[in-house]
Amino acid sequence: MLRYTLNRLLLMIPTLIGVAVLVFFMLRVIPGDVVEVKLRGDGGNVSQETIEMERKRLGLDKPLIYQFKDWMVGLATLDLGKSMWTDRPVTEEIGLRLELSLQVAIMASMFAVLLAIPLGTTAALMRGTWIDYAVRIITIGGLSIPSFWFGMLIMISLLTFFNWLPPITFTPIYVDPVANLTQLIWPALAVGYRYCAVVARMIRSSLLEVLNEDYIRTARAKGVFEKVVISRHALRNALLPAITVIGIEFAFLIGGLVVTEQVFNLNGIGMLFVQSVSRNDFTLIQAMVMMIAAFYVVINLVVDLLYAVFDPRIRYA
Amino acid sequence: MNSLTRRSVLMTGAAAFALGGSNLESYAQQPKKGGTLNFAISAETPHYDNHGSDTFATLHFAAPFYNTLLRFDLSKFPEIESDLADKWEVAPDLMTYTFKLHPGVKFHDGSDLTSADIKATYDRLRNPPQGVVSTRKATFNDIGTIETPDPLTVIFKMKAVNASMLEHFASPWNVVYSAKDLAADPNGPKTKINGTGPYTFTEHVKGSHVSGKRNEGYFKKGLPYLDGFRGVFTLQAAAMLNALQGGQVLAEFRGISPAERDRLVQAMGDKIRIEESSWTLNLLICFNIEKKPFDDVRVRKALVMAVDRWGGSQGLSRISTLRSVGGVIRPGSPFATPEAELVKLPGFAKDIKASREEAKKLLKEAGQENLKFQLWNRNLAMPYTPAGIFLVDQWRQIGVEVEHKQSDTAPYLAHMNAGNHDVAIDFSNLFMDDSSLALAKYLSVDRAPENRSRHKDAELDKLYDDHLRERDVEKRKALIRAFEKRAFENAYQQPLLWWHRIVPSHKVVMGWQMSPSHNLGAQLEGVWLNA
Repeated sequence: MLRYTLNRLLLMIPTLIGVAVLVFFMLRVIPGDVVEVKLRGDGGNVSQETIEMERKRLGLDKPLIYQFKDWMVGLATLDLGKSMWTDRPVTEEIGLRLELSLQVAIMASMFAVLLAIPLGTTAALMRGTWIDYAVRIITIGGLSIPSFWFGMLIMISLLTFFNWLPPITFTPIYVDPVANLTQLIWPALAVGYRYCAVVARMIRSSLLEVLNEDYIRTARAKGVFEKVVISRHALRNALLPAITVIGIEFAFLIGGLVVTEQVFNLNGIGMLFVQSVSRNDFTLIQAMVMMIAAFYVVINLVVDLLYAVFDPRIRYA
Repeated sequence: MNSLTRRSVLMTGAAAFALGGSNLESYAQQPKKGGTLNFAISAETPHYDNHGSDTFATLHFAAPFYNTLLRFDLSKFPEIESDLADKWEVAPDLMTYTFKLHPGVKFHDGSDLTSADIKATYDRLRNPPQGVVSTRKATFNDIGTIETPDPLTVIFKMKAVNASMLEHFASPWNVVYSAKDLAADPNGPKTKINGTGPYTFTEHVKGSHVSGKRNEGYFKKGLPYLDGFRGVFTLQAAAMLNALQGGQVLAEFRGISPAERDRLVQAMGDKIRIEESSWTLNLLICFNIEKKPFDDVRVRKALVMAVDRWGGSQGLSRISTLRSVGGVIRPGSPFATPEAELVKLPGFAKDIKASREEAKKLLKEAGQENLKFQLWNRNLAMPYTPAGIFLVDQWRQIGVEVEHKQSDTAPYLAHMNAGNHDVAIDFSNLFMDDSSLALAKYLSVDRAPENRSRHKDAELDKLYDDHLRERDVEKRKALIRAFEKRAFENAYQQPLLWWHRIVPSHKVVMGWQMSPSHNLGAQLEGVWLNA
């Protein structure tokens, strides 16, 4: 198990290098120029000399291969550079925003998982009843309604019925937990609804499959309490495919909050990503892509390792 | 104090902007102290340095922390009033400007403001050190020397007459930095704030907000009224409108669209104040004269003559921020061409039928009856998209087929600056009505890189230089008219329509002054809350 984990960790390196190379060269294909946007984007009458000077300052006048070398050396030394737009270290730019996006993702995951397990299980156990149909309608709604639209409905409802809106500026949870939760619970609900629907449907279908297995029939024949059959034998095995979905959906949330963040005016990773792309801020985009890629790789590993925890039959050798 | 003839004429323009639901009630009441103003800023500044910025986002963020030498008096726009300069004097030959500073002004770090700080600021503006970006280098090119005979006196000696110089001293971008700070780090103002302004810097939470609190040692007694302010970055219009409606922010000082205004008025009734004004911004139809067939003046002229600006302004003003028909100077402002003269210029005729017939004839003469081209446009809903759609339809009516291509700001600008466009919708963003700014975009491309039609016209350049040195108002006006006539006869580029500014604020916000530029009035010195 330890060897397997180390192997997987080592394999992450070429994966991330591949991403680094791809993102660097793909970004250079995009037309446009960060300096142009920065100095002329709002109608500024800036001389070409000023533009060239700024380009030189940012190292954009160097041949591409030298820029690539700088990027790879920076990666190797964990120095991701400075934002071309703000001149601040990208780690600083990403820091606070990551905290916010991560918190929304965690809250959405908690909401989704805590609700999806009972929903999916109940629907499976009561297959064909009105409860099953109700759960299926709710989950189809979650899959069909875009998160941002659900978010807008939440905002409009709060405004219309309560003449109230959540705080507009972010307060970290360690500064003021009430203000923090008051603001972030709504976007977490908005994105968590879809997440919950995906997981609940997965649990329902895999539980239905597991309930038809021989070992469940054997357990029931031996007179094991139904509660124990469900929780210890059926649900534990049914959760395996759901773990994959929970993991991947969580990683997806980190980079996929773009529109929801805009609806709630949240200053998160998604919003920063959109801004960076529209400004051609290469260093910031590269850093964020690397971060999200690292997230995916790590979460994939965690999911694989969790398989072994939930199913002792699985052994990594 | 001297007042120029030219400027006295500017004053006679009275208010060149019309206020709707104006904030004038605040003058009839005794301002109250206290409270924090939350307002929306619809973009986040890339840095804090006004000298190297051209985006309103920097001003709305940083203006409350700073002062300028002079500023525009928005209640009598475009009149100029003192800010750091207590008094000023302009030599009759316009070659010397002497400013006497207010005594007792302190920077937020406690150091005294002296003439050395003014000198350091203007030296940086006109001749930035290596690695420092000043987008106002050309503006102050006419300054020869800056003298500081004593701590409260600063004298600017000019190399050449520039009749617009005093207005440039009132530019909101020329905030005064500390000489000591600039000596320690010329690029310091990009990341550090140390001004003399009405508010001291509290925090900037990236992507979230900027906040400031009252400068208790502010040199203008009794000001500011607010305990503090918070500028919240609302990058999405929907989020900004929700925040306004929900009272989380009390104003947005840049401008909103007519549809957004209507939504707010419908939802909030008499709680919201709407102020409207013409705007010192226009969209231009810009032909790249290095590309065929746009090197042919007949083609360019035909295309501008096919556009029904007068009819278009009525429709577009209902759905976008576009409104006024005007020439190179903002319509309604003192130096603008009167409508009676404007309609004689190509592209401004009111008889659109006859104008289009003439346009078809010109295309036929040029052998371009089946003209097809791509219209390059910025991918911004307001007002670029409706403007593009409008133009495509206008040109279709003279048999011209146009592909409307929109692109995000970065590639949009890069494409135009590289000269890869055929025809584009360009923009001109000014902070005042002075002609030296407005006309600069039409200068030869080797003098004005922002001229995206890429033409070279020595005659236009000469007219510009002559007008810049001309102090007699009537002669200056005549030069502007001649410049405009030549530019439009050659149809290198031409304003489509001028923008219209709509500013929403809760009625509790008092003392803020509307103006035709979103770059002005961001200092918040006289703003108070009637709560």
